[in-house]
Amino acid sequence: MLVRLTNYLFIFLLINKESFAAEEGMPQLNPEYWVSQIFWLVIIFSFLYIFLSKIILPKISETLEKRKLQILDNLEQAEKYKEDTQNKINEYEKILIEAKKEAKSIINEAKKKIDSDINFKKDKLEKEIEKEISDAEKEINELKNNSIENINKIAIEASTDLVKTIMNIELNKSNVSAIVEDISKKKAEKYLW
Amino acid sequence: MAANPMHQFNVYRIGPEIKLGTLDISFTNASLFMALSSLTIIILFFLGIKKKTIIPNKIQLLTELSYTFVSKMISDTAGSKAKPYFGLIFSLFMFVLFCNMLGMIPYSFTVTSHIIVTFVLAAFIFIGVTIIGFLKHGLGYLKLFVPSGVPSLLLPLIIVIEVISYLSRPVSLSVRLFANMMAGHTMLKVFGGFVISLGLIGGWLPLSFSVALTGLEILVAFLQAYVFAILTCIYLNDALNLHH
Repeated sequence: MLVRLTNYLFIFLLINKESFAAEEGMPQLNPEYWVSQIFWLVIIFSFLYIFLSKIILPKISETLEKRKLQILDNLEQAEKYKEDTQNKINEYEKILIEAKKEAKSIINEAKKKIDSDINFKKDKLEKEIEKEISDAEKEINELKNNSIENINKIAIEASTDLVKTIMNIELNKSNVSAIVEDISKKKAEKYLW
Repeated sequence: MAANPMHQFNVYRIGPEIKLGTLDISFTNASLFMALSSLTIIILFFLGIKKKTIIPNKIQLLTELSYTFVSKMISDTAGSKAKPYFGLIFSLFMFVLFCNMLGMIPYSFTVTSHIIVTFVLAAFIFIGVTIIGFLKHGLGYLKLFVPSGVPSLLLPLIIVIEVISYLSRPVSLSVRLFANMMAGHTMLKVFGGFVISLGLIGGWLPLSFSVALTGLEILVAFLQAYVFAILTCIYLNDALNLHH
């Protein structure tokens, strides 16, 4: 297969060689088509130059410029966003500090209020207690005073009864009470107070 | 040998004979490949700029890369003053590159392997650069031939050498490109002939050589286009910024 292919190639080359008169030396130095080559070179190269420099290259440079600007723009924006973020962070920290301060003051206020409340209630309670104590004392005093009178009464009755049963003498009540009162006045100091 | 290795460089007429006075300007295979190269460039770049998106697609990226490649080459060698000549140098680079590259396709024709083509391009550059130099600096452009810091005794000799080297610029520029292209293609053809004459048994060695040479030739095709363009930039730099 490969041999046949190379044979074909071989024959093709031979025929090809035959179809053009074989030249001696370098075809480059044959001036037969020099003018034609120069002519077409000038035309084609001029066309290429005009097409590239007038249509293609300005568009490429425009795109490159646009990209450059876009990149600069994006960088600028990124910088701006960064600044914004920093500002926001600063603001946030400020707010945080203020909030902490506020919280502290609220706590302090609440403490004060509670303290004053407690004090107020304490005072009230103490006053009530004092009042109750004084009431109780008054009652006790009254009771004490009453009790002396009662004791006197009982003593008078008891002594009259005792005298009556022992000595069978009817005593004058006023006399007895005078004696009892006299004694109780002397002795009561000793027992009651 | 199967075929003359120089046979591939033959120029022959395609279509009718066209005469301009006594001059034969018929359309030839050389003209055809010039047109094909230009057409390839135009189609490629046209596809590249068709969409013009901020984020480029593949063809657009290719065109933009070649744009920045050439523009960087010019600004590096000739400075910002060379900006008006960007289009010309870009076209030159692309034209030479695509002529070289299309020549790498088997059975095609390499336009730049003809001394007359490369010489016309080089002469055009040489004359253009000389005109630019005289327009920018007047007769002061002749100072290019008088390097500073040379003892006055040696000056006549130096000036002669400088003038000769300046005048040989178009020759060296054109011969470099033409000789590289011709030598590479001739060598490929010779090795190709060896493959056939040595047959299935011995032909593998020259075939592998041919493959390697094809890679090398593609590199050379790019390199010579680059050298052609960068030398143009250097000559332009001499004309725009007189350093001597």
